[in-house]
Amino acid sequence: MGHPAEVEVLSKALSGIGVDEKSLVSILTKSHHEHKISIRRGCSQLFFEDERQFERWNDDAIKTLKGEFKRFKNAVVLSLMHPWERDARLLKKALKKGPQQYGVIIEIACTRSSEELLGARKAYHSLFERSIEEDLAAHIKGSERKLLVALVSAYRYEGPKVKGDTAKSEAKALLNAIKNADKRRLIEDEEVIRILTTRSKPHLKEVYEQFKKICGKSITEVFDTALRVDANEDAKKALTRLITTQEAGNLKEVTTKYAHKIEERVKGAYKDVLLGVLARGEMNGQV
Amino acid sequence: MATLTVPATVPSVTEDCEQLRKAFSGWGTNEGLIIAILGHRNAEQRKLIRETYAETYGEDLLRALDKELSNDFERVVLVWTLDPAERDAFLANEATKRWTSSNQVLMEIACTRSANQLLHARQAYHTRYKKSLEEDVAHHTTGDFRKLLLPLVCSYRYEGDEVNMTLAKSEAKLLHEKISNKAYNDDDLIRVLATRSKAQINATLNHYKNEYGNDINKDLKADPKDEFLALLRATVKCLVRPERYFEKVLRLAINRRGTDEGALTRVVTTRAEVDLKIIADEYQRRNSVPLDRAIAKDTHGDYEKMLLALAGHVEA
Repeated sequence: MGHPAEVEVLSKALSGIGVDEKSLVSILTKSHHEHKISIRRGCSQLFFEDERQFERWNDDAIKTLKGEFKRFKNAVVLSLMHPWERDARLLKKALKKGPQQYGVIIEIACTRSSEELLGARKAYHSLFERSIEEDLAAHIKGSERKLLVALVSAYRYEGPKVKGDTAKSEAKALLNAIKNADKRRLIEDEEVIRILTTRSKPHLKEVYEQFKKICGKSITEVFDTALRVDANEDAKKALTRLITTQEAGNLKEVTTKYAHKIEERVKGAYKDVLLGVLARGEMNGQV
Repeated sequence: MATLTVPATVPSVTEDCEQLRKAFSGWGTNEGLIIAILGHRNAEQRKLIRETYAETYGEDLLRALDKELSNDFERVVLVWTLDPAERDAFLANEATKRWTSSNQVLMEIACTRSANQLLHARQAYHTRYKKSLEEDVAHHTTGDFRKLLLPLVCSYRYEGDEVNMTLAKSEAKLLHEKISNKAYNDDDLIRVLATRSKAQINATLNHYKNEYGNDINKDLKADPKDEFLALLRATVKCLVRPERYFEKVLRLAINRRGTDEGALTRVVTTRAEVDLKIIADEYQRRNSVPLDRAIAKDTHGDYEKMLLALAGHVEA
């Protein structure tokens, strides 16, 4: 009656991340009527005995399975997607999900090149018939509004030219804003926003260098401390994240670290896609 | 509709360059020839002329013009010859500099250009000035003016016709509330003007008038001396009735004791290939005199001739 080996294979094929399509196909093609009965009786995580004497699927298990099967489809859709469309959809989703997801908006606005960010804005027009800035401005009510809207609206100069004197004075201005953080919240400070959202990235690097010289600490350390005065947790995350993503270089290091973990815990076609794509460095957001 | 007229058969680019070179050579300059050529070529043609001139004679045409010409005539020819994106970048940059600063010009460029034209201007700004337009605007403006101008120059408005009437109603209400409380620099008021599509803003302002009786600009006239309010009113006009905005700029430029050549040059050169005809019609309607006649009366010499050429004036 019982076919414990198959039950085990089935359980394994449906556990973890993704699904092991090959094992499933072989179980299902070999399964006769009796096999299925014993599977239903043997797999307690998937089936249970209903009060009317039949083994029924556990609804939660179906839901989970739906999610696991979807991963491969999502990977396919996303990896073929034009980066502009991908960013526009990510922005929309983050906005919908609310303050917990605003980090995504910052990440996209800061790590994309000026042309890539512009492309995302164009794609947003096509997909949603609104501009990203109007949606952000209309839906974000909190203190992060100014910062986030300014970040997505930026079209930064991308050349190397930097004015040393201006960088110095702007480092001083940031330091000043931090000193007065108890009187005026950093995330709403006009000068902080102006500097972080309009200056070019090379210029900002120089500003951070000058800041370190004047202050002895890196700007992220100081922001973190200053932001503790600020009660708003989301604002704190936002500002620190902003600085660190401006400095972010190598996402590749981070993702290759995870390759062996993926090998261990992920299944099926979904796993193959992830590993293949990682290997080609696509996860960095490059085409 | 444009007023620029290009001859039915256009001489070759090489010929144009040769003629321009001739115009510069010898004693004095042949201004008439310069006007006859440059004053009757569109942006693409002018670009080609510049490229060919530089290749042929090893000198930037604009440099040559700068050497040969002077005063208002020089300015109108130089500004005109630039391609539209570069021109906007040049005017915007000028508007951020101390002695020539102008919030109005920055707003005008941000609001009367299409989303893509504004974008091209921002790109041209990167190329020409090695920084972004927004960093200069942010750095050189303060307070309420910065609050309004920065999002305006950074906007990349949706350009479709779709309008959400429910939103128009709620935002008209919001605007009315803020204006009634004299909160003219309110974040939300600025948000509506700086981010919504022009079609949506138009619908909102129509609803405003229907519901509250007045044009929004009438309600924004609370203090005639307040410069910020004046800029706000001009912003509204630029977004929904640019031809009326430009007519007023021209009217003030021409009627003033002594002409405001800066404004006159700017409007004529930036609109000749866009909608100067519509503006001219509006001018005639409002002032009972054709625009070209008003220009002729108020200016003279080669400057006058160039403006008239760009305004599509045909010698009787």
